Amino acid sequence: MFLKQLSVFIENREGRLERVSEALSNENINIIFLSLADTNEYGLLRMIVSNPEKAKEVLRNAGFSAILTDVVAVNLPHEVGKLKNMLGAISNNGINVEYMYSILSGMKSGALAIKTSDNEKTYKLLKENGFELLKSEQVYNEDN
Amino acid sequence: MIWNEARECMSRDEMTAMQSARLVKLVNRVYHNVEFYRKKMQYLGIEPGDIKGIEDISKLPFTTKDDLRDNYPFGLLAVPHSEIVRVHASSGTTGKATVVSYTRKDIEVWQECVARVLAMCGVTREDKVQIAYGYGLFTGGLGLHYGVENLGAMAIPISTGNTKRLVTLMKDFEVTAIACTPSYLLHIAEMIQDEKIIDDIKLKVAICGAEPWTENMRNEIEKSLRINAHDIYGLSEVVGPGVAADCIHHKGLHVYEDHYYPEIVDADTLKPIPEGEVGELVFTTLTKEGMPLIRYRTKDLTSINYSLCECGRTLTRISRFKGRSDDMLIIRGVNVFPSQIEAALLEMGETKPHYLMIVDRVNNLDTLEILVEVEEKFFADEIKELESLTKRIAHTIHNAIGINAKVKLVEPKTLERSMGKSKRVIDKRNIE
Ligand SMILES: [Zn+2]
Repeated sequence: MFLKQLSVFIENREGRLERVSEALSNENINIIFLSLADTNEYGLLRMIVSNPEKAKEVLRNAGFSAILTDVVAVNLPHEVGKLKNMLGAISNNGINVEYMYSILSGMKSGALAIKTSDNEKTYKLLKENGFELLKSEQVYNEDN
Repeated sequence: MIWNEARECMSRDEMTAMQSARLVKLVNRVYHNVEFYRKKMQYLGIEPGDIKGIEDISKLPFTTKDDLRDNYPFGLLAVPHSEIVRVHASSGTTGKATVVSYTRKDIEVWQECVARVLAMCGVTREDKVQIAYGYGLFTGGLGLHYGVENLGAMAIPISTGNTKRLVTLMKDFEVTAIACTPSYLLHIAEMIQDEKIIDDIKLKVAICGAEPWTENMRNEIEKSLRINAHDIYGLSEVVGPGVAADCIHHKGLHVYEDHYYPEIVDADTLKPIPEGEVGELVFTTLTKEGMPLIRYRTKDLTSINYSLCECGRTLTRISRFKGRSDDMLIIRGVNVFPSQIEAALLEMGETKPHYLMIVDRVNNLDTLEILVEVEEKFFADEIKELESLTKRIAHTIHNAIGINAKVKLVEPKTLERSMGKSKRVIDKRNIE
């Protein structure tokens, strides 16, 4: 039900992002979506990749701190008020959104990856409210 | 096991008598054979006959590392060159190296003391010991090596530089003991964890030295490798590793005072300090032939304890080191030792002590920045959690040293990790 997101700690210095993508591409792992949250000194690289478990091992062997985190993937039609409705469904139930970022974008709809203080409950709430939730195979191919 | 009960468990009276006799002989030897000591004693108006026992030791002059440098390389020899069978040297960061010369008997005494340490740590003839110190001019490798052979255990001179091979041989040879620096052992433990082979490792004891470490670092090593870790102390000027070490009770390091007589003095006034109070450790090498030292100032800060130890040894104990008086940093007027930072990090129970202190001066104000490696076990994928970690580290360090430090998280394994001693301080105030 959740997507496996790969999170990596990187320092804000030259070549670190490149080193991550190089390590992954050497092992034929595809970065499908990427988001970078940064401070002055370091950044958190969050990625949806073609083979999360393997990618984590690859990065660990390359000397990075890397962990896998579950995120909820939801598809939203491009309609006014849809995002607000979705966020409302979550926050009205006392759940905090820790972060979210766009992972897919099409003509009619776009998808978001969301991490909240309670992913399980978020998933259930969004489903009950009729939102379209994406399965991992719709985003990346595990067998890759 | 006690390797030499006759020496390690003798009564205080017997010890004092032995030390006194040895000191009297030593003073006679250096007065007649070493111009440096003769001149120093003459300058103070002392003759060998004035030293009648160990209680007279405070009449004698001190010796410093500068004296050793000034007499580089063989100026302090008390025997003819033909009697010297080995030299060791410590690399000076600035200027000349410190050279130490050994006679055959000096080597024998040294290997006797290292064998005492090993036996105290539970090593026997049945054990296989990896010696992961550098071999060469540094005293660590050969010092431990001769001690292991003297004890009759199997010495594996693995040295440093190839941790992967060390771990492979540790597994294949079923190594049961290791001698190395504590920071290198943490590095080895990390590799064992990474390779998930802890169940294939037969290690039961580590003898760690050559750099100061904390009780928490010991706990971390003992827990992650499921072993006992002991502290071995020594300095090349005196002989090398094996001057003192701690027994299984870990309540201070027993000093082999029948060979190396310890005193604690105030580092500024050089006056003797009462038992239990912290001061600079000073050694007189009672039995050394090649290059004896009279009241050598080690710069190591510690205290001394003459009470009896539960292990049955009567040898006096020195406490775990507070730091070196020359490692001590003065930041905004406060004395700070790297070991305090290390202890603070370990007390958090989250970080391994891979850190680097950077001291600088900005607008006439000292600044302290501490780089800490982000370990996977506490890495979170939320900025706010990393920020709270940074704050917690800064807070713990503030509690430990009373100074605000800027804490910066860095990627794992990016701080310099040498096989020997790890670099922990960059003082930019000195580079001008
Ligand atoms: Zn003891």
